Amino acid sequence: MKIKIFDFARLKETWKFSSEDLELPDAELSLLKLKGLLAKRSEVWQKMLLGSLKVRGAINHELVDDQALIVDGDEVAFFPPVTGG
Amino acid sequence: MKIAVQSEDFDLNFELTRMRESRKDIGALVSFVGLVRDLNDGDTVSQLTLEHYPGMTEKALQTIVLDATSRWAVLDATVVHRVGSLQASEQIVLVAVASAHRDQAFKACEFIMDYLKTQAPFWKKELTASGERWLDDKDSDHDAQQRWQLP
Repeated sequence: MKIKIFDFARLKETWKFSSEDLELPDAELSLLKLKGLLAKRSEVWQKMLLGSLKVRGAINHELVDDQALIVDGDEVAFFPPVTGG
Repeated sequence: MKIAVQSEDFDLNFELTRMRESRKDIGALVSFVGLVRDLNDGDTVSQLTLEHYPGMTEKALQTIVLDATSRWAVLDATVVHRVGSLQASEQIVLVAVASAHRDQAFKACEFIMDYLKTQAPFWKKELTASGERWLDDKDSDHDAQQRWQLP
């Protein structure tokens, strides 16, 4: 499946990218599994995704939890807890 | 209903007048304006930068306003949130709610702000004398949102 990943705020600054197209062998994947896959890229990724920072996820513009399933064509985003207002 | 995410400033009086003149059954118009403070966590803040997630932000705000509308007798609502770089005393956010009576408008306005703080994808970065820093979410904001949860 092909998906698009976005990241924001502290994550974007640390990873130095704001979006990426990703092709995966899986037909579907939980958000937690995607985090695990991305965390294997480098220590920087691991620290941000699986470290002490609370990372929130969204699929197609909806806030979701780690068990949410990602399918082909989805837009997935990672970001820190929100601080607007 | 008006939802806007923009870098430009907004005019409170213009927005309230627009809502007031749009219909004649409004008896209460409650508004909240959030501002940039020059002091946070003991440090002087010279600039605040707001980042957001285009597309999701508008959708999240719309969902929050619709939730408020389903819980209280809201006749009209306006949410304007600014993004980009802001200086101390500048306006960040406006929430205005119109209803027939004040109780409904006060509650819906507070609800929208509390949910906006914890659900809408905005992130603040402060510039202080020691450099830039991203703000962390506050427990008090999560507590404020929790109190609205239905049993």
